[in-house]
Amino acid sequence: MLEIRFHGRGGQGTVLAAKILADAVLRQGGKQCLAIPEFGVERRGAPVTAYARVSDRPILERTRIHAPDALVVFDPTLYASDILTGLKPGGTVLTNGAEADAARLSERAPGFRFLAVPAGAIALELKLGSASSPIVNTAMCGAAAAVFGLSGLEALLECVREAVPVKAEANVEAARRAYAAAREALHAPA
Amino acid sequence: MKKVLSGNHAAAVAARLARVQVAAGYPITPATQVFEALAEMRAKGEFPGEFIAAESEHSVMAALLGAATAGARTFTATSSHGLAYMHELLHWVAGARLPVVMVDVNRALAAPWNLGTDQTDSLSQRDTGWMQTYCSNNQEVLDTVLMSFKIAERVMLPSMVVLDGFTLSHSYEPVDVPKQAEVDAFLPPFRPVLRLDPDQPMSFGSLTGPKDYLRLRRRMAADLAEAEDAIEEVGREFGELFGRPYGQLDAYRCEDAETVLVTSGAVGSTARAAVDALRERGLKAGNLRLRAFRPFPARALRAFVRPGTRLAVVDRNLSPGAGGIFASEIKAALYPRSGIAVHGYVTGLGGGDISVELLQEVWERVDAARGADPAPAVWAEDAR
Repeated sequence: MLEIRFHGRGGQGTVLAAKILADAVLRQGGKQCLAIPEFGVERRGAPVTAYARVSDRPILERTRIHAPDALVVFDPTLYASDILTGLKPGGTVLTNGAEADAARLSERAPGFRFLAVPAGAIALELKLGSASSPIVNTAMCGAAAAVFGLSGLEALLECVREAVPVKAEANVEAARRAYAAAREALHAPA
Repeated sequence: MKKVLSGNHAAAVAARLARVQVAAGYPITPATQVFEALAEMRAKGEFPGEFIAAESEHSVMAALLGAATAGARTFTATSSHGLAYMHELLHWVAGARLPVVMVDVNRALAAPWNLGTDQTDSLSQRDTGWMQTYCSNNQEVLDTVLMSFKIAERVMLPSMVVLDGFTLSHSYEPVDVPKQAEVDAFLPPFRPVLRLDPDQPMSFGSLTGPKDYLRLRRRMAADLAEAEDAIEEVGREFGELFGRPYGQLDAYRCEDAETVLVTSGAVGSTARAAVDALRERGLKAGNLRLRAFRPFPARALRAFVRPGTRLAVVDRNLSPGAGGIFASEIKAALYPRSGIAVHGYVTGLGGGDISVELLQEVWERVDAARGADPAPAVWAEDAR
């Protein structure tokens, strides 16, 4: 079973991202997925946590994930708090940022594998959200689908198109670009 | 067809498939999405029922009392303080023998303020005459709403379908959504024998003396006892039609288990993972999940539990001054059968995690307590 924890901020669409990925896993077929949002009071800008379990077998565990295999970090300012807590040794961190950010994070927290995808930049290029708060969730979905092998590109893009209420094509394009960027980051020499 | 649905959306889809004629609601976290989803379906023309946005939960249940008296299939969803505010009308609806179906999304009661899951809201309504069923996943939420209409309309008593706040209500997983024609074949239209009808004037809810009152309550108690059979029969029929059978109890790897976790709601799902982990270590663990709480499945429980078994009852609820509510009810149901030790654990109040690790720890503590008198209530917590 693959256990992923998502860290974002209220308003970034973290919970919708977890739902889109669950959709994509179902559409791809063959695996089970359970997406769980953090149990709390949602406020714009406040740290938000969500969880996803992906498995070949039916998923029974309906709890928070305390020792995730991987993290997906929507907002790099969240590294100021202890979001790496519990991450398994050697665990993957998919982070919204540039390649240099991944290198800096690797130095700060050796023992984990940091992969950066410029989701914020992609969102701004496509006019998703504003410069101060780009809407990065669909880009992060694309990146996560690629990094964790959750679904193929086509299945993911269909799920994004169905799930987003506005700017469907821009969001689909964000997911597509981030999917490609993540595959590149994944196959780049360490 | 399989669709990724939250527990709340699964409940709303079930209400649509059940061809609910009157839905009423008032928003409260974490149940509001049930109404948002129904309102969206109504806007798209997919839900043809009446939709009443009432001014309070008390008014919601009053509206459904009237609609059900007129012979309509009725539905609502609420949580926590909303359910508490309905309390008076819950007695009215049950006493009037109206098969209203309501989803309660478990949430803790204040003070202090807390939105996390906790069964004390629904369990506080145990003496109203409503049936109560606790669900362990989103598929079961959809299926139980459908079955509850059939059971409620057969025994003419209201039914509460209970799901864990956030853990189920806001979590997404694939749910098999049956076709409308399949649901129609399972659940025929509601046709009450007596109903409010201007062409045939009748009086409802009149003043009674003690003789009639006692007889009516006695009949209610007898019909709730019959509901135990109805739950089993309808659950079997549902299984034949949809491939997912249900009963009052749901036992997992209990055949040779000497110590059994007793759980309800979503914890009943996590407990299966805990049992698997214990079994891998060579320990004889099992999980018994109670789906039905009212009527309390006393007969089924007595038939199921062997003498010599230790029960580790996990309660995400509290009756202050008494302990966990499931544990109390189980002790009452098993009394005076000897040789069954009932150990009560109170945990996870206000949304605390009841993790695989915590459930294993509870099981091991009870398994090790051979011969010792069970404490009335032990507090346990996953401190992470």
